[in-house]
Amino acid sequence: MEEFTDIFLMLLLVAGSLAVLYVRNLFVATMLLSAVSFLMALLFVTLDAVDVAFTEAAVGAGISTVLYLGTLALVGSTERPRAKLSVIPLLLALSIGGSLVYATFEIPAIGAPDTPVQLSNLTQRFVEVSPVEIGIPNMVTSVLASYRGFDTFGETTVVFTAAIGVLLILSQKHVRRREEDEEEQNGLKPATQSHGQVGSPHDLIPHVVSKVLIPFIFLFAFYVQFHGDFGPGGGFQAGVIMAAGFILYSLIFGLHITKKILPLKVVELFLAFGVLLYGGVGVVSMIKGGNFLDYNVLSADPVAGQHLGILLVELGVGITVTAAMLAIFYGFAGRAQGRGKDVN
Amino acid sequence: MDLILDIGTWISLLIGSFFLLVTGFGLLRFPDLYTRIHAGGMADTLATAIICFGLALQSGFTLISVKLLFVVIFVFLTSPTATYALAQAAFVAGLKPKLDGFEGSSIKPATKNDDD
Repeated sequence: MEEFTDIFLMLLLVAGSLAVLYVRNLFVATMLLSAVSFLMALLFVTLDAVDVAFTEAAVGAGISTVLYLGTLALVGSTERPRAKLSVIPLLLALSIGGSLVYATFEIPAIGAPDTPVQLSNLTQRFVEVSPVEIGIPNMVTSVLASYRGFDTFGETTVVFTAAIGVLLILSQKHVRRREEDEEEQNGLKPATQSHGQVGSPHDLIPHVVSKVLIPFIFLFAFYVQFHGDFGPGGGFQAGVIMAAGFILYSLIFGLHITKKILPLKVVELFLAFGVLLYGGVGVVSMIKGGNFLDYNVLSADPVAGQHLGILLVELGVGITVTAAMLAIFYGFAGRAQGRGKDVN
Repeated sequence: MDLILDIGTWISLLIGSFFLLVTGFGLLRFPDLYTRIHAGGMADTLATAIICFGLALQSGFTLISVKLLFVVIFVFLTSPTATYALAQAAFVAGLKPKLDGFEGSSIKPATKNDDD
């Protein structure tokens, strides 16, 4: 039965990926990509990697799709007609794909007992000692936030850097400010006016439902954030869900109202604050006499110190990811609106 | 007792799968966007509820059942809203329903109509 599920999901995955390649309409391709991401998440679930599946579903299927759509609002959804078939890229892609397929023959079977991962002393130690040493049941969080805390610090910094880069590229507004002004004087500014304000009475249902749902989305984000010690979850997923709540609000009520609640300046502050919080925990543990990100010294009791450290570090990740997603969304959506289009 | 619960679960899963199948057929076979999302929105929501009910029979009075209940409530709120928003957006963009009853109606779709 499990094999059937695996094969079925794999076939859907292949079909979805091929469809993404063949579809000419970028909007359809984005939706298909989201479906492919969700299939990946399901595959991760069948492999018992629930944390990864959660991240894939939230980031790949959820927020990336929204960001792609924001980009499409900016660039339009029709693909430029393809030039004639080019041989060298095709050969390159085929050879790389072929070597990857060849490499899969060397992958050990799922659950094989003699793989390096199973035989490693590290695995044994994580499984046996981490519940006592770190004191939290979810070993993924122990490894992610404590044993390999420095790696996760790096990942958080990557998110931070990416958001800064997007902001740098997309916030160059003043270059085209003049022509925009001319457009606006010519009466070509439909988007910023018509959306945002409660437009037609037909928008009532999305308005009411989203008002009901958004508090629960935030509540769920906090649950994922603080429940990461006990079950699947953590800062990355929680940050994405939190940002999704804000983005939903923005899509339904308009970007400028969201920017009144959470201005770009505040988002930028949070963006830096999350990374600072993470690094700050490391510095504090150094001041207290431990190594960088050694949570044991944060409290009198090492296990309590680990708890506190993981909590703060995950909070830092969550804040940075939320702010990064929002900053990227503001960047794309703001530009799209400036050009008289809207992400709605 | 277990047998009854198992049978109940099986029946729920089969009914839910049937509705999902109906959804699939509807999405493929109906003539235009409005009828298609009608098929998608209605039967899909019902199928989710029935399947979750069947799964809750297996988990009994536990936290899992409560979570399943939350899933059902969430889908009951979001799926019809998404369907509505889609239909609304298509209508505002000027897509005319193929199976229309628009002659006698006071509401007219926008002027730009593209027949596909």
